[in-house]
Amino acid sequence: MWGSVRISDLIMAVGVALGLASGATAMPARVVSMNLCTDQLAMLLAAPGQLVSVSFLAADPLSSAMVAEAAGYPKNHGQAEEVFLLHPDLVLAGTYTTRASVDLLRRLGVKVAIIPAPDSLDSVGAAMRAVGAALGREAAADAMAGRFEADLAALRARPLPPDRAALYAPSGYTSGTGTIADDILRAAGFRNVAAEAGIIGYARLPLERLVLATPDALVTSQHYPGASRPEAILHHPVLRDMIARLGPPQVAGPDWDCGTPKLIDAIAALQAAHPGARP
Amino acid sequence: MRLRVLLCLLAGLVAVLFAASLLIGPAHLPIGTSLRALFGSASESHAIVLVMQEIRLPRALLGLLVGAALGLSGAALQGFLRNPLAEPGLIGISGAAALGAVIALQTGLAAAFALALPLAALAGATAAVALILLLAGPRGSTLTLILAGIAVSALAGALTALVLNLSPNPFAATEMMFWLMGSLADRSMLHVWLAAPLILIGGATLLGLGRGLDALTLGEDAAEAMGIRIGRLRLTLILGTAAAVGSATAVAGAIGFVGLVVPHLLRRAVGARPSALLPASALGGAAMVLAADIAVRVIAPERDLQLGVLTALVGAPLFLNLIWRSRGEEA
Amino acid sequence: MTLLTLDNLTVRRGECPVVDGVSLSLAEGECVGLIGPNGAGKTTLLRAALGLLPAGGHSSLAALPPRARAHAAAWLPQAREVAWPVSVETLVALGRTPHLGARGPSPEDRAAVDRALARMGLEAYRDRDATRLSGGEQARVLIARALAQETPLLMADEPIAGLDPAAQIRTMEVFARLAAEGHAVIAALHDLGLAARHCTRLLMLSRGRLVADGPPEAVLTEANLAEVFGLRAHVERTAEGLVVQPLGVTG
Repeated sequence: MWGSVRISDLIMAVGVALGLASGATAMPARVVSMNLCTDQLAMLLAAPGQLVSVSFLAADPLSSAMVAEAAGYPKNHGQAEEVFLLHPDLVLAGTYTTRASVDLLRRLGVKVAIIPAPDSLDSVGAAMRAVGAALGREAAADAMAGRFEADLAALRARPLPPDRAALYAPSGYTSGTGTIADDILRAAGFRNVAAEAGIIGYARLPLERLVLATPDALVTSQHYPGASRPEAILHHPVLRDMIARLGPPQVAGPDWDCGTPKLIDAIAALQAAHPGARP
Repeated sequence: MRLRVLLCLLAGLVAVLFAASLLIGPAHLPIGTSLRALFGSASESHAIVLVMQEIRLPRALLGLLVGAALGLSGAALQGFLRNPLAEPGLIGISGAAALGAVIALQTGLAAAFALALPLAALAGATAAVALILLLAGPRGSTLTLILAGIAVSALAGALTALVLNLSPNPFAATEMMFWLMGSLADRSMLHVWLAAPLILIGGATLLGLGRGLDALTLGEDAAEAMGIRIGRLRLTLILGTAAAVGSATAVAGAIGFVGLVVPHLLRRAVGARPSALLPASALGGAAMVLAADIAVRVIAPERDLQLGVLTALVGAPLFLNLIWRSRGEEA
Repeated sequence: MTLLTLDNLTVRRGECPVVDGVSLSLAEGECVGLIGPNGAGKTTLLRAALGLLPAGGHSSLAALPPRARAHAAAWLPQAREVAWPVSVETLVALGRTPHLGARGPSPEDRAAVDRALARMGLEAYRDRDATRLSGGEQARVLIARALAQETPLLMADEPIAGLDPAAQIRTMEVFARLAAEGHAVIAALHDLGLAARHCTRLLMLSRGRLVADGPPEAVLTEANLAEVFGLRAHVERTAEGLVVQPLGVTG
């Protein structure tokens, strides 16, 4: 969807959302981010001192690709009260997170920019530029998006064998057609087993269908400490057998989760996981 | 003689459902291929052999074992308390077993020592059965049983939720549904090896109680005067039920109502004799759980529909009906 | 041969003795009525004699291991409990519990059940649901269960309460015949008239103490009836045996 929107329209839309006059972009002085992905883009794009708080997830190594950077910022927990008391000129939020808080902040007169998560690699640049526009840092965003698009094009141009990969997450969830994870697999030169199995979006792939699909590579979610039944499926003997034959699985970690330049690292790492590319 | 015919029929039903459980799955495999792969024929691909031997076989075996454990325990508890409402899930035994299992998993005990999982569940179940028998007294009145069951279930459920919420694992909190409702999805032969020994020991123990439970039909005094040692019977029942229900719950979660529905349906057919009801309920329980597990795969193959949802949908109305009737008797 | 010996049997509830130093012995051929007003300790005495209650003193039955005791004496509790809708035959067969071998009921067990059913006139009830019988029918079925145990001694707690007069007399006749065949019966009874006519011996209990023990003529005196039961009664020896008819209460 984002991919089909012209950039100028997008900036217009964000501008309207911020209640600004069309074309006139002011630079907000105090910005609070409440969403893991806007956290990371804001940390990359904001002017020194402009960003006053990021969400606590930005400092969680299991969620965030920018833990070290997040250490320098006060953390918020996405609650309207604490965010309001930071006196922000602008709040950055995601589409699905903390809707009740967003509504409350807007009623309190705080400007909130909602940045949708990109649903394909081609819309990542637009999301970067949207955050840049909201921050009044269009030039930095444009440079970042341009570099990302060029890197992506270079990765996509690399010739790779037509291997098949499967994404497998706790409770047997996988990402099929229409997900950014599917896009990442394809950019890394893999065919997605889940998409081949007719799965659209984020849905369950029964273990036995995964086994019968005989993928050439396996990408699992990262392992969290402690035990849980949803994760137990990743230790099932048939997956162990698959791992024994395919080698250790790639892990879809924090690099995969947000539309940041880290996606390029994720795709490059995945390209190295082609059976033929391994040592 | 009539009992033998009934047991043969039930065994046949279990065999058919066991085979169906092996042959029905999200990947539609031809029957011949499935069977050859099940027996490890070299002519089938490694992947199909894995599916049959490591995914479907453990699921069917667990359905058989867990169902038999629940049906048998329900029949034994009912025989001892002389109350058709006694059921391991309803009176909190399964909930307490789930708590034991969750503690073993979340403390890492189960990771360090695999048998800690069923043993911790057994400990939780033992505490619950002992408490219920203490509260219910010699002849469990319906009211005391249900109230004690509510209290034990609520406490065990709250503590289970607490342990899961305190887990460092973000997925742990989402598994509450599994512990409350039960499921056989994606279990492996490891779980069969963990659960089978205690289920078999507990089951054999309970099957041996038939004569004592028969005699109890006439009340504790008469049974004792006929040479039944009530104290020993009670202790054996506690340990047998705890072993069977505890280890079943440890690997499959708390599947409710099996121990209620199955003895109820079979009681008339076996002439109401508690001793005859024991083996019949073991077979009937296995059939019910296998059937419910096939149904969750057929109804919603892509969803994680919990097995206990189906058993509760069948069992809860029957439970209400039994309460209604027992109210009439006690009035 | 002695089938039961009690020596100074005492049961206390707290400080208060409910059964107080009872000593007696029962021999084969005796049909014994245990009489006394409510609360005299009849049920407690019988249960303590069986070892179902902790008691001081000595009881030859309570000293036996459970299975041996079940071969020596059958016990018919007052509560007519039938928990499950089993058939009459199944219920009566429960009396064979102490005799069952590892392989279930033997032909001898089945014969014993048939004899018990016949003795209580229940052959036609064999396949009926025991929970759907009338109170009197159920009482007879439970007596048949105790008979099927085929023990030398039968102990019964108010076995004829709630039966119609004909059934009461028939049951007492069954007990008397059992005694005549060489068994012994001890039954707590409230009907003094039936106790007088059908028992060979009466035990009169008052506040836990055995106050009279002997043939009905010796026990059911007008003085004993007045003192223990608070009853004014007509007692007469007739050609049909002793007749006891309470007429009123004393005091």
